[in-house]
Amino acid sequence: MEMLTLLCLFSTYLLASSINIEENAGQFFSSGHTNNWAVLVCTSRFWFNYRHVANTLSVYRSVKRLGIPDSHIVLMLADDMACNHRNPKPATVFSHKNMELNVYGDDVEVDYRGYEVTVENFLRVLTGRLPPSTPRSKRLLSDDRSNILIYLTGHGGNGFLKFQDSEEISNVELADAFEQMWQKRRYNELLFIIDTCQGASMYERFYSPNLMALASSQVGEDSLSHQPDLAIGVHLMDRYTFYLLEFLEDIHPASKTNMNDLFKVCPKSHCVSTPGHRTDLFLRDPGSVLVTDFFGSVRKVELTMETINLTGHIKQWEESTSLRTGRARGIVA
Amino acid sequence: MVGVPLWWRTTETYRAWLPVSQIQELSKLQLQLSADVEVVFSRGTVTPEQQKKLPLTQTQDEEHRVDEDTALSYRYETRYRTATVMEEDALNQPTAAGEMLFASLSNQLSRCKHSVISVRPQVITSLILSCSSSAEADLSLHTLSESPCGSLVVYVIPESSTLLPQDVDVYIGRRRTAFLRIGAKMRVGRTLEQLLAHMEPRVKQVLQVMSFSHTDITAALSDRVRLSPGNKESIADSMRAFKSSPGYEITFSLLNPDPKSHRLHWDIEGAAQTYIQPLLTKLAPVANFSMDSQTLYYAVLGVSPRFDSSRSTYTLNADSLAHVINPVEARLGSNAASSNPVLNFLLYVPDAHHSPLYIHDRKKQEVPSNAFHSPRWGGIMVYNVNDFYGPEAVFPVDINIDMAKVMGVFLAQLRLLLGVQSSSAPPGFLVAPCGTAGLADWELDRLMWSRSVENVATATTTITSLAQLLDQIGNIVINDNIAEQVSSAVTSLQLAVAELESGNLGFALQYSKEAILASERAFFDPSLLHLLYFPDDQKFAIYIPLFLPMCVPILLSLLKIISDARQKRRDKQAKKD
Repeated sequence: MEMLTLLCLFSTYLLASSINIEENAGQFFSSGHTNNWAVLVCTSRFWFNYRHVANTLSVYRSVKRLGIPDSHIVLMLADDMACNHRNPKPATVFSHKNMELNVYGDDVEVDYRGYEVTVENFLRVLTGRLPPSTPRSKRLLSDDRSNILIYLTGHGGNGFLKFQDSEEISNVELADAFEQMWQKRRYNELLFIIDTCQGASMYERFYSPNLMALASSQVGEDSLSHQPDLAIGVHLMDRYTFYLLEFLEDIHPASKTNMNDLFKVCPKSHCVSTPGHRTDLFLRDPGSVLVTDFFGSVRKVELTMETINLTGHIKQWEESTSLRTGRARGIVA
Repeated sequence: MVGVPLWWRTTETYRAWLPVSQIQELSKLQLQLSADVEVVFSRGTVTPEQQKKLPLTQTQDEEHRVDEDTALSYRYETRYRTATVMEEDALNQPTAAGEMLFASLSNQLSRCKHSVISVRPQVITSLILSCSSSAEADLSLHTLSESPCGSLVVYVIPESSTLLPQDVDVYIGRRRTAFLRIGAKMRVGRTLEQLLAHMEPRVKQVLQVMSFSHTDITAALSDRVRLSPGNKESIADSMRAFKSSPGYEITFSLLNPDPKSHRLHWDIEGAAQTYIQPLLTKLAPVANFSMDSQTLYYAVLGVSPRFDSSRSTYTLNADSLAHVINPVEARLGSNAASSNPVLNFLLYVPDAHHSPLYIHDRKKQEVPSNAFHSPRWGGIMVYNVNDFYGPEAVFPVDINIDMAKVMGVFLAQLRLLLGVQSSSAPPGFLVAPCGTAGLADWELDRLMWSRSVENVATATTTITSLAQLLDQIGNIVINDNIAEQVSSAVTSLQLAVAELESGNLGFALQYSKEAILASERAFFDPSLLHLLYFPDDQKFAIYIPLFLPMCVPILLSLLKIISDARQKRRDKQAKKD
């Protein structure tokens, strides 16, 4: 009798796991994207805005860990905290008090630094209107099958975000930039995350399809910082990004966590402000969107079933102008 | 009085003239694709009375409305004629090679009296004769006359002909010809109209395979028309090939994780020149290609393979393949100067401790090519070298990689990634293998059709959205060079559409490429950045405190002047009276 029940249980388990495999196979092509890009921007300078740089670097770290390579990340940091003369621990940027996690690391690649982070350059990166001399690493070379993650942090207000303490980008300009990206089919789906005061005002004006937005606070609320570190002397992280980083540390490239879990990150009890999100422009149901669709880079793969039978012998190769092997290459990872 | 026009003149932005009306016309896209087909009846397929009515030309039109702005129409000009004497000879010759093969085979079979093989010799010989003879016939017909780009010739052969094997009705050659076996019921006693009515759907079927098909063309229009996703295969097909681009970069990388054990030699320059370059030369009208190669040492796959004790091999199953690419990609460089899409082909030689390594599919079967590819990225092949040396070899072992096998796989993947591979042929069709160039002429035609349509669709959306953008934002400066690019893009587009209509595929592709280049240059011009956003309430908030105090005395004095003038007129009236 027990054998029978055991057998039944075993067979139902097998059935369930086979259904799961089919589902996984189906999910392979359900998202419609073939590559991932990330544009991570920190817009504030000065030492007391250390936490904004730490925010951006912790998202950068998670995104790299989950698979997006440096060639597909555009990282813009408005100030250099790691090598700032007020940093008691040079070449590090910590995200957790007691200096537990150094998010600067050994292989960080900053594409726009210091005064290069301006509203103009940010909009140029998004719309692709860069001068022809711009190197590949500074361009957003996305196509119509790219999922893009855009993360902005800094000081903001109702309808604007402050860049470098001297200029602002308004929510209308941002919405127009996204519309131009849509017109030129520069993205398949776009996830926009903003961690500033009154962040929800920045996504109010979006009108292009396939945009999903998350903000750390509603209009009229301030986003607060997490904890100060007494040795470094500044606040290390903002609350929303701190809990976001904690959430992302549990994600690995094969995980199946979806967007609904991401929306629950940092409830009011932890964040003091109310995080908001906007999904009405997004075509798919957020519950079916994996976090790794934006934060990671899970490639679609197909097995090569056909080959071509080549029978000729290799011709002796003389100096040929059509091949350029061994030339000096500008290696850009 | 002077101030207002002066202020207007000095604050207006320079906007060069754009051909707006022509751009408006372009937003409604009506594409007509024409294909020329020649149907040649060989001896035995038409009766003499029917022959008298040939040659005859028919035109068919098919209309499709894709959405409210896009309409497609396909025109097939079919010309029916009989075969010339030289073509008859080419179709009927038994080839010398085939005859020799037949002779030697029948010789050998007659010698094996106690043979276990019980295959009828007639079957083998007919197969050999047919395979070699249809290819030979194809070649000799091609030497007689070469069909222009985009057109097709279909030879109708009698039912009893031995040119094709028994169960094959259609043979699609390497150039632009096909052999069609006429059906049994058309043998005798039919009129020409019935014969043509019978041929039409079969020729249509051949056209669907060798020339443009509705699914391909609508897939190429994906920039203009966001179609609802079809089944999984169609989504996979549309995601796999790279979008049309003026140039591509191909990078071959050899990954050697274990240089202490294996010293690998690969003649990549010779192999690329011999095997890949012919394909790229043939594809020159479509895009420019540049190739590089590199060797990476101590590059690991990032996924640990599992040991399969039943076959004593290491295996990578299909699910873990998705995570292989990312750790490697970080180490693959790319050309910093160009923004062209990159196709990466990686050859991975497993280390001595994890050899041999095979890729298994979902059913746990070994994949024969031992390779996989990722849409819009490239391909990876695993090359096992454990057979090249014995257990007592001195490390490091020198190994020469068999480039023909490797390039065979990479060439197949390259074809898939460039969008050449068509869907599988319908039953009863025999498609010739693609030969040394790696690409049949009709495959190139198909690619050119879909690329032309894609370029035209993309260029029209770019131009119309640019015009819309410039219209909406009045503050953007339109320089002369942008206006020039836009005008040239519009002209090239009109020419491309006209050439597609008349069926000149080569010119259509060239004009469509020019249109795309011009429209992209215009759209992505760095000067077209609108940074100053002034919402109306902010504009009022700035100007009112400035101008209101100035306006008050002006208005009051104007009122005073008017009331004075009125008073004067009243006085004059009173004086007159």
